[in-house]
Amino acid sequence: MRVQDLAVHFKLREGGLLGSKVHTIKAVDGVSFDLDAGETLGIVGESGCGKSTLARALLALVKPSRGRVLWLGEDLNKLDDEDLRKKRLDMQIVFQDPLAALNPRMTVRDIIAEPLWTFFPKIARVQVDERVRGVMKMVGLLPNQKNRYPHEFSAGQCQRIGIARALILNPKLVVCDEPVSALDVSIQAQIVNLLKDLQKKLNLSLVFIAHDLSVVKHISDRVMVMYLGRAMELSSRDRLYKVPLHPYTSALIKAVPVPDPQLARAAVDRGLTGDMPSPLNPPPGCVFHSRCPFLIKRCQMEVPALRRMENGDWVACHRAEELDLSIGKSG
Amino acid sequence: MALLEIKDLDVGFDTAEGEVHAVNHLSFSIDAGDTLGLVGESGSGKTQSVMAILGLLAENGHVNGQALFKGKDLLQMTATELNQHRGHEIAMIFQDPMTSLNPYLRLDVQMTEVVMHHQGMKKAEARAKAVEMLRAVHIPDPERIIRQYPHELSGGMRQKVMVATGLLSEPELLIADEPTAALDVTVQVQVTHLMGALREKSNAAIILISHDLGIVAGICDRVMVMYAGEAVECGSVEQIYYDPKHPYTKGLLNSVPRLDRPEETELEAIPGNPPNLLTLPGGCKFRDRCPKAFEACSEKPPMQVTEDRHAFRCFLGAPS
Repeated sequence: MRVQDLAVHFKLREGGLLGSKVHTIKAVDGVSFDLDAGETLGIVGESGCGKSTLARALLALVKPSRGRVLWLGEDLNKLDDEDLRKKRLDMQIVFQDPLAALNPRMTVRDIIAEPLWTFFPKIARVQVDERVRGVMKMVGLLPNQKNRYPHEFSAGQCQRIGIARALILNPKLVVCDEPVSALDVSIQAQIVNLLKDLQKKLNLSLVFIAHDLSVVKHISDRVMVMYLGRAMELSSRDRLYKVPLHPYTSALIKAVPVPDPQLARAAVDRGLTGDMPSPLNPPPGCVFHSRCPFLIKRCQMEVPALRRMENGDWVACHRAEELDLSIGKSG
Repeated sequence: MALLEIKDLDVGFDTAEGEVHAVNHLSFSIDAGDTLGLVGESGSGKTQSVMAILGLLAENGHVNGQALFKGKDLLQMTATELNQHRGHEIAMIFQDPMTSLNPYLRLDVQMTEVVMHHQGMKKAEARAKAVEMLRAVHIPDPERIIRQYPHELSGGMRQKVMVATGLLSEPELLIADEPTAALDVTVQVQVTHLMGALREKSNAAIILISHDLGIVAGICDRVMVMYAGEAVECGSVEQIYYDPKHPYTKGLLNSVPRLDRPEETELEAIPGNPPNLLTLPGGCKFRDRCPKAFEACSEKPPMQVTEDRHAFRCFLGAPS
């Protein structure tokens, strides 16, 4: 998959009958990246940075205002409905809230089998049952529970059901939108390990969206950091967590609390001040400049482009070359 | 005397399917100036135990045991008696800032209510104090913000308002239920610093409920780990993080993805799911998921306490 200069803008009308104003929210603004087969791309950022909108745009669930999403060379938004539908065989999504994403009045079997019925209405019952049994086993569910309803399962099991539903069509790409953020840590680890295993076994391309940097670290090959709809950095996992290129990435990493009393206390001065600016009224120049500790004049005037560094990583910062943001051992 | 001492607390709820045993035989105490972290997964009884102490259980809930605040049992008090302590000496920061602020009231009204009522402060004085507190929690332009309604603020700002309100009455005991769960990491840091500052300034005791072991490591002195309504381990942060005795505590610590560990370490998940609180198993509640369970675990293990106040409910790990 290749994403080029993708932007999703929403229009928001404000005001009364007369003189109403139309604001534009740039939920995603100029994001580009390539995703290889079998690769896992992590996307992180704080709430409101446009992660989820990007996920939907990747699957052509929202129309982009600008830019293209190419799937095996074909622009998804140029296809007619029928062709797009066929492409969707290859692409699936796993949602954040596992209970809300499952229809409470359908049995687990019907939930998991639904994509099959949709794409192959004439498929034989036996075949469906066989496939359902197969994916249920694959995600660690007991096939003999297939006639139960979602409320009879715990949150972690519901997420497994969501994953089974995403896998039943043998997709090439699965987009996971915060798949573990609603789960307890012990269960979260189960799901992260499961996704990692499945990704390897099935050679899936995975887009893994999360606000939790440490979860993303465990599953991704490359990581993209977003802020206010823009990509700040796109680096290989190993480099990003050791030598981040963007001040925002480094601030995010330092803000993650470490479950170790000595380390946690040693980290005295961490983190940013202030809140993220409103996406209705983003600052001019670099969107991060209002919270950046390394601000220079140029940052307030000129939007830094996402550019490729010598080591192959991408960053959108005017000062990337001169700043040394390496994370110390204690970080 | 401990500031708050909980003895043998039981909390149950009557439901259509039977009685839910949310908290079972919970005992702990906290001194002034101490910060106690309550950790455990959802449904482990963290929130319901403090709700019970404050008399805030749902209608179908019932409570047994003792909760001695400065020697007086909160559980025996009438609502009027409780109100002399609640919000004044004991403040609570609730979990969800979106639903615990009153949408119909401007912030100044809801923030100053408590101090005007309990400390007899005049309106102008209370307001000035509230503005000062908002500034202390790093809310920009507090004079303007305090005249706004909750819906006009972002999630992070609302959570900071909750914290500021909790701190306003300078409580002796602050109970913070997941005060940072709804926040982005960069704002989380700001909020935890604030609570640390309160403790230093007024020697308040803090009970911090959190599922985030990183946050607890940063600000707590002691930690109590709960599982299925019971305390399974309690000790200093160092004891819990560096020398955990209970297999559940170990499992919990190993399942946290960490930035300070090499990438390739596989996360150790705890297999299975927490037990159903309607039909709690006898014996050790963790035994179905425990990698070390053996025959003895069908009996309930007693709480063992080491010389340096490290308590755990497991047959293994006893000092030989």
